[in-house]
Amino acid sequence: MLTTFQSLMIIIVIALVTLFTRAIPFLIFSGQGETPKYVVYIGKVLPAAVIGMLIIYCVKNVSLTKLPYGIPEAISIITVASLHIWKRNNLISILGGTVTYMILIQFVF
Amino acid sequence: MNEKMKALKAAFPYTIPVMLGYLFIGIAFGVLFENKGYNFLWAVLMSTLVYAGSMQYVAVNLFTGSISLISVVFITFMVNIRHVFYGLSMVDKFKKMGKFKFYMIFSLTDETYSLLCLTDVPKDVNHNLFLFFIAILNQSYWIIGSLIGSVAGSLITFNSEGIDFAMTALFVVIFVEQWLSAKSHIPAVTGILISLICLITFGSSSFLLPSMIIILLVLTLLRKKLDVKINTEIKEQNDNDLEDKHEKKAREEYLEC
Repeated sequence: MLTTFQSLMIIIVIALVTLFTRAIPFLIFSGQGETPKYVVYIGKVLPAAVIGMLIIYCVKNVSLTKLPYGIPEAISIITVASLHIWKRNNLISILGGTVTYMILIQFVF
Repeated sequence: MNEKMKALKAAFPYTIPVMLGYLFIGIAFGVLFENKGYNFLWAVLMSTLVYAGSMQYVAVNLFTGSISLISVVFITFMVNIRHVFYGLSMVDKFKKMGKFKFYMIFSLTDETYSLLCLTDVPKDVNHNLFLFFIAILNQSYWIIGSLIGSVAGSLITFNSEGIDFAMTALFVVIFVEQWLSAKSHIPAVTGILISLICLITFGSSSFLLPSMIIILLVLTLLRKKLDVKINTEIKEQNDNDLEDKHEKKAREEYLEC
């Protein structure tokens, strides 16, 4: 096992680098003046694309060629989306989808 | 009601899905770290200072003595590079946040980012306080989760397999929410398609970075087309505001009579 000092150093380094990756855009574009029009534009269109990407990120390890072929994930995602279009209530959609998923992987597949 | 309490009460319901997810993956982190010989103080310290879900899982395996600090820098940078793109879409939003700005940047995780993207911030609460409470509530769940994991992880016997789907569900909800309110669906479709193509091409462990670069490129190339759509949206809003003002003025004049 590492010494306390070594362990602390690792945590501090990870903390600083993580903060740096989060701060890069602000370091570049945070002048006192107006935000460049391009950055304002990107700020409007990027979130929808990134959320789409995060959904794919969440299911990246699902195999379509091996049992259960991603069926639990597909059913649960459709459940979440349908519940949400129907009720427009964040909690109902998320709890409904999560419970569906847990039942599917624990008892069905 | 006190302005702060009001913002806190408004923010809390939005964070409940993150609470479920963070408590769970936080607990799992605490258990892992404890098994490496690091007690709850270490877990809490790490969750307070670092506060990055996937990176903390990776980090657990870096406390071996065989990895140099330079490698730690490099690994951390690669795992967290996606955060650059979150910040990029928050530059304008955080600019107006004054004393909260530093914490908002520090706490910009996947889940907090996605909640900040929510289109329907309640109208009658302090905007900055609302966003700040979302960020700090999320981190508190993460810290509490890792604390529980390191202290009592071995006592949990309930079969919680699959509970982390709450995170996927959260992203799906926000996706649907944005889809229903967006004038143009091109950005959303771009995100899904490019990520899928990159996942197939580069594999699950390295598709994130190429996805982000290509998404950014495509959205940049589509700027002329999309900017028009977005600006008509803003113009319509302004027109509505203008109409409201006219109506208000007319009403006031009427009342004066």
